[in-house]
Amino acid sequence: MQIRLLKDKIYSKLMLVLTVLSVSVVLVIGIGLYLKSGPVLDHSSWWTLLSSSQWKPLKGLFGFFPFVMGTLWVTAIAIIIALPLCLLTSFYITEYAPNRIRKILVPFVNLLSGIPPVIFGVWGVLFIIPLIQDHIAPHFVEFSTGYSVLAGGIVLAVMIFPLIVSIVCEVLNTIPRELKDASLALGATKWETIRKVSLRKAKTGIVAATVLAISRAFGETIAVLMVCGNNAVTPHSVFDPGYPLPALIANNYGEMLSIPMYDSALMFAALLLFIIIVLFNVVSRLIMARLERKLAL
Amino acid sequence: MIRRKLEENFFRVLMVLATLIVGGSFFLIVGTIVYKGVPFMNWDMVTKIPGGGFYIGKEGGVLNAIIGSLYIAGGATVLGLLISIPVAIYINMYLGGRNVVANSLRIAFDVLFGIPSIVYGAFGFLIMVYFGIRASLLGGIVAVTLLVIPILVRTLDEVIRTVPKELRDASLALGATRWEMSKVIIRQIRPGVFTAILLSFGRAVGDVASVLFTAGFSDNIPTSLHQPAATLPLAIFFQLGSPVEEVQGRAYASALILTIVVLIITILSSVLAKQFSKNNIR
Repeated sequence: MQIRLLKDKIYSKLMLVLTVLSVSVVLVIGIGLYLKSGPVLDHSSWWTLLSSSQWKPLKGLFGFFPFVMGTLWVTAIAIIIALPLCLLTSFYITEYAPNRIRKILVPFVNLLSGIPPVIFGVWGVLFIIPLIQDHIAPHFVEFSTGYSVLAGGIVLAVMIFPLIVSIVCEVLNTIPRELKDASLALGATKWETIRKVSLRKAKTGIVAATVLAISRAFGETIAVLMVCGNNAVTPHSVFDPGYPLPALIANNYGEMLSIPMYDSALMFAALLLFIIIVLFNVVSRLIMARLERKLAL
Repeated sequence: MIRRKLEENFFRVLMVLATLIVGGSFFLIVGTIVYKGVPFMNWDMVTKIPGGGFYIGKEGGVLNAIIGSLYIAGGATVLGLLISIPVAIYINMYLGGRNVVANSLRIAFDVLFGIPSIVYGAFGFLIMVYFGIRASLLGGIVAVTLLVIPILVRTLDEVIRTVPKELRDASLALGATRWEMSKVIIRQIRPGVFTAILLSFGRAVGDVASVLFTAGFSDNIPTSLHQPAATLPLAIFFQLGSPVEEVQGRAYASALILTIVVLIITILSSVLAKQFSKNNIR
């Protein structure tokens, strides 16, 4: 008897330790990155680092503005492409599609989410780059290699399709049937019901999904790195190359130890990504947890 | 009246088009990879390690990267399971599953899940520098373990939550301790554990950014934990960057291999989940 209880006690303490350890990884990462970016933060303030566009590691000039802008451009393009498409798809899946089609469709969206980032990158190089270079860019600008923030945005948009679709579908499925029936019974068309009832009810959920998608897009490295052109200049049009923060980190790790403060600057880039993504995730997860609790009642 | 009907139809068409794009993007991607990869596929690719001059188009294959990927993904999944099964059980069995602490922990793991792999890579690199470990199989496994723990915890958590509460109550009522009750629950969630393993393995096999700094790269198959290891995604990335056409082709072929591996894992996990759940009490 005693041994059984003792066993239970020991195991519970062990599990507690493991749980605390694995959760505190968030904190440890944050603190570790902050400490490592100390030297570059001592040298210049957050504001100068973020607003300067002078990127000359050899002279000790670390201006992150082009990289921040590169990240913003790529993420914005991805969301602008993905959000309307995903909303329409989710509405189709939840409201219109017959069961038979839904059963085929949903697994394919899931399969898409299983494809590794590097495959998206290869696809971008093989398909999107030539598409932009030969068919899209010539209509707008004189010359583009195709390696551009637009290419990065398109590839990212496809990558975040499954994320947005699955969350929005889940949110839409939780809207009470009666609410929609009431609207339909009053003579509204299906689309009117979606626009005036479902959309309004699902608003918070859609916002949460979007924020989550933005954070995913923000941190994606390799696919974007492969198609973005990686030029440390602030992009001015969608056909300009960009250089997002994750790509900066991935591309320069090899040389970073030989130049003073370079590693510190790259760790600052990682810290920046980390802070933004943790904030975005916490906000959207809190929204979704609240939605879930509301529905459980 | 007519205008409303028109609007309805217009958006209906838009929705179908959007669905075709979203659903079709899967075929577009896999199609592109197959179309470009098949001409460069041959037995050498999967049965040989790179020979001298592989990166200028001479003979060899990517066996080193395939094995390296399996080692890292397998090691990380095993290590991750050892940590996340107790954590998932603790959240649900000892913390009760549905209270503020348990939910905060869930959100924390979701946040961990959202952290990009490049940050895990950079952090893994920091740890390795701190402890004086060089880029190696061990470093790669540690970084990828950090990456897969949140996936495993959250999947297992969802699975445990589907076990009927009555089952726990019954075992507790018979005088079992919470640890003994957990053993009953573990038996129930076995199929779910398989799904979680495959999910994390799939993610681990495909990830580049976390192993970029931590696993190094090598043309040989690693024989100890301290040797650097190649991974398939990284091999694709390096080969694609080559100016030699033959080597680029091999990148396509490697991408095809990776796609096939990942698709098999994904399909297997959903089939297995269905197969095993037959024997469960629901």
